[in-house]
Amino acid sequence: MNCLSSLLSPLFSMGPAMSLSTDLPLSLQEAASGAQHVPTEWLMILAALLFALGTLGFLIRRNLIIVFMSIELMLNATNLTFLAAARDRNLDPNGQVYAIIVIALAAVEVAVGLALLISLFRLKVGIDVEDAQELKG
Amino acid sequence: MDTLTLMFLLIATITIAGSLITLWSKYVVHSVFGLMLALLGVAGFYVLLGADFLAVTQIVVYVGGVLVLYLFGIMLTPPDRAERNVKLIVFCSLPAVAGAMYLIGSARAMEGKWLPGKELPPPPGKHLIHQVGHSFLDKDQYLLAFELASVLLLVVLVGAVYIARRRWEASE
Repeated sequence: MNCLSSLLSPLFSMGPAMSLSTDLPLSLQEAASGAQHVPTEWLMILAALLFALGTLGFLIRRNLIIVFMSIELMLNATNLTFLAAARDRNLDPNGQVYAIIVIALAAVEVAVGLALLISLFRLKVGIDVEDAQELKG
Repeated sequence: MDTLTLMFLLIATITIAGSLITLWSKYVVHSVFGLMLALLGVAGFYVLLGADFLAVTQIVVYVGGVLVLYLFGIMLTPPDRAERNVKLIVFCSLPAVAGAMYLIGSARAMEGKWLPGKELPPPPGKHLIHQVGHSFLDKDQYLLAFELASVLLLVVLVGAVYIARRRWEASE
């Protein structure tokens, strides 16, 4: 027993050394904030394109799973815009905060959506958007 | 053409191709893998924008979690009839309008009307993720949103299990 604890003690006595060091490598961050980077306008245009593609999928597909996936695409376009704006504002941390919250909300949306979809399939034996018309006035 | 532009074009091609596969493929499983391509492309953009932590989060949460959830959703539901509703011209023109409005809105926001000025935030001395963590746990900034998100995740977990449960009394 004593032997075991003496073996394990270095693991537990490393407190200060194992604490998170404040000088993580900054290379990626410096590369992103450096003078040479992709223009923000390109990223904005790409995010808008992604958003438009998500809207297109949302409108033309009848399968509810693909409708949810299109919503994911639109949320990702929003995240991309947040981060492009944050990079443009001298790497503002608020952009990442918003993006993380959006990712959490997207995960929540998928969980509820797929649960509803399974419930609808049990009720109707189909996941077409046309199958969910009970609440139509 | 320098390396960064080349990287941008490569990742942009992957992302757009993935999203096109997602919304045009005949089979739902192909759509899921197209979505995986698109999400990995977006993670690549996060790396390009200096948000490496967010790129890893994207891969872990989306590719590791959400896509598996989609695959289970596909396995529990019937095969798709691959219907695509392209007859209406409105359906093809509305996304263009939506994208244009999105672009105009974000460009207006970038002009500084709704965002703080460009010179306001100081250049980050510490690693960016430290600042993100501090602003998440600072009660003057985003602590409320952080706690609300955690409560929301718990509620949604319970609610999703409740919605998707088997109704014994209905089946008998």
